Amino acid sequence: MFETLILILDATMRVSTPLILAALAGLFSERSGIVDIGLEGKILGGAFAAAAAASVFGSAWVGLVFAMLASIALALIHGFACITHRGDHIVSGVAINTIVAGLTVTLGLDWFGMGGQTPNLSGDERFLSITFPFADALADVPVIGLIYSELLSGHNILVYIAFICVPVTFWAIYKTRFGLRLRAVGENPHAVDTAGISVAFLRYRAVIICGILCGLAGAYLSTAHNAGFLKDMSAGKGYIALAALIFGKWKPVPVLFACLLFGFLDAVAVRMQGVSLPGIGEIPVQAIEVLPYVLTVLLLAGFIGKAIGPKAVGRPYVKERA
Amino acid sequence: MTQAKVPAWVSIALIPFINVMLAFFVSALVILALGEDPIEAAGYLIYGAFGYDEGIGYTLYYATNLIFTGLAVSVAFKAGLFNIGGEGQAYIGGLGVGLVCLWLDSSMSLLVIIPLAIIGGALFGAAWAYIPAYLQARRGSHVVITTIMFNFIASSLMVYLMVNWLKQDGRMSPNSRTFEESAWLPYMHEMLAPFGIEISASPLNAAFFWALICCVFVWGLIWHTRWGFQLRTIGTNATAALYAGIDNPKVTIWVMLISGALAGFVGLNEIMGVNHSLLLNFTAGYGFAGIAVSLMGRNHPVGIIIAAILFGALYQGGSELAFEIPSITPEIVVVIQGLVILFSGALENMLKGRIEGLFIRKSVA
Repeated sequence: MFETLILILDATMRVSTPLILAALAGLFSERSGIVDIGLEGKILGGAFAAAAAASVFGSAWVGLVFAMLASIALALIHGFACITHRGDHIVSGVAINTIVAGLTVTLGLDWFGMGGQTPNLSGDERFLSITFPFADALADVPVIGLIYSELLSGHNILVYIAFICVPVTFWAIYKTRFGLRLRAVGENPHAVDTAGISVAFLRYRAVIICGILCGLAGAYLSTAHNAGFLKDMSAGKGYIALAALIFGKWKPVPVLFACLLFGFLDAVAVRMQGVSLPGIGEIPVQAIEVLPYVLTVLLLAGFIGKAIGPKAVGRPYVKERA
Repeated sequence: MTQAKVPAWVSIALIPFINVMLAFFVSALVILALGEDPIEAAGYLIYGAFGYDEGIGYTLYYATNLIFTGLAVSVAFKAGLFNIGGEGQAYIGGLGVGLVCLWLDSSMSLLVIIPLAIIGGALFGAAWAYIPAYLQARRGSHVVITTIMFNFIASSLMVYLMVNWLKQDGRMSPNSRTFEESAWLPYMHEMLAPFGIEISASPLNAAFFWALICCVFVWGLIWHTRWGFQLRTIGTNATAALYAGIDNPKVTIWVMLISGALAGFVGLNEIMGVNHSLLLNFTAGYGFAGIAVSLMGRNHPVGIIIAAILFGALYQGGSELAFEIPSITPEIVVVIQGLVILFSGALENMLKGRIEGLFIRKSVA
């Protein structure tokens, strides 16, 4: 029983990683007032760039850099439309998701001729799992041994980076001057402008950070969690991350727990396939799959607490002129 | 204000046209980057879509779905709502159509089944839009997020229903049984044959006419009823609408119900017209494509028909293109679709000011 639990939690960490990265990406963007439903597209674009570059240059790290660059480029398009030209944030996000869904397959076929996939990655082209010191030696120690060797050790570096990103984000948002201004620009851009700080420049920096984090999430999918890019491999993770962002009320630590909860549900759903529970019978996998969405809808409806986003989110900022 | 001096045709026709051309220009650059000739590619596209009667049939068949989803998005847009859930509403609407067909196909004639299937599709589609609509209107949760969530819920629900309840025994794939022929919408080539008009077989079917009827219905509703006026007022200025005594939440809910019903009609074309059985993923992104159609068609039924035919042509021509130039996938159409959303939607203000400025100066001089 305990071992099963540890295995599920272990899977939870792996499944949650892209969600955490993408949700934090969304946090930076939305806290600055830019709605981002293009997380999905940026993850997918990042995943493709990572796998393509990793297979060409033979290094997962090069892949990671390309993933970030691709994702930043997409974020800048979003910024250009929403910040510079005051376009609709939702429309722009949909556009980015659509373009990336088509472009990754188109370029993939042209470059690799494998029906839109990238070649299988192996060795240095992937981020492999890191085994902590003494993990094998301690594996037999009751309770702690299993936690240390299974749960904490044996993930790839991006998993650890994702979890480190949470306190870093907390610090950046709440403890730095940049973070204070970022939060202010999402709540009341006029006040920020009055203080002599550029609203546009702040928001551009926010979407760039968003791009970097989505690139990490994408690289994780194609070069760490899987061995190569597959068509539509983000499979709605960007939207679940968005749900987690709302569920975590746009705050770093609650967002982490929301991602872990949704990841946990995912891991449980895999385990529950075909398992019959005593007294309840078999729970359809789909029922567990939809829980993140249902919970988010319930939260938004105000049935579990209240989700109030940044005040100026989604509204274009027009500088007042005398 | 200066805005009044800009001639109507500039903002209705010229600016949208330039935006779409910009999208096509960038698409051409993408094809160029793939090492192919965009002009040649466009030639194959146009030939595939309009060059022979089977191609035209396919183009209009795709356009049928896009008219439904395009109208669905535009009705909501007119009221200032972004219904991004067309995909899920179409999916559940198709379920409604399919259930009517499965229920009545062996006992009733087509003339009875058609109106009931229309009602079934509309009711199921509308029902799927109702919860996000209610939550937006009465509980203040954002319709965009809830409709996205409902797309995923719809998708899981359909998998569950198909696998556990509706799948025909003995089949590997989760398909329902094939309907009796009394529940098949007539194909266009069958309908035209008695009149001595011979066209090649294509999936184009009677649902196309229903799509055109829906366009007329939406046009009348939005621009020629008191209710449509309320809808447009909310879309233009929700606060003003409130002061004018319009019941915003009520209208919001109705708008979303109609939007969902329109999306639900995709099932008529796909389930009753072509597949003749319930299956998974028949919506194939039409719900999202409806956003592009609606933006490009400037939320007007006439514009939507034009945009839907254009996108239908891209879908059909895209397969022809992929056949002629194997290094290009049909997915290039998705790229073009995304670029149209980007340039006609998100970046619509990019050139607007400059072009309008051009005409204002002229009229002053």
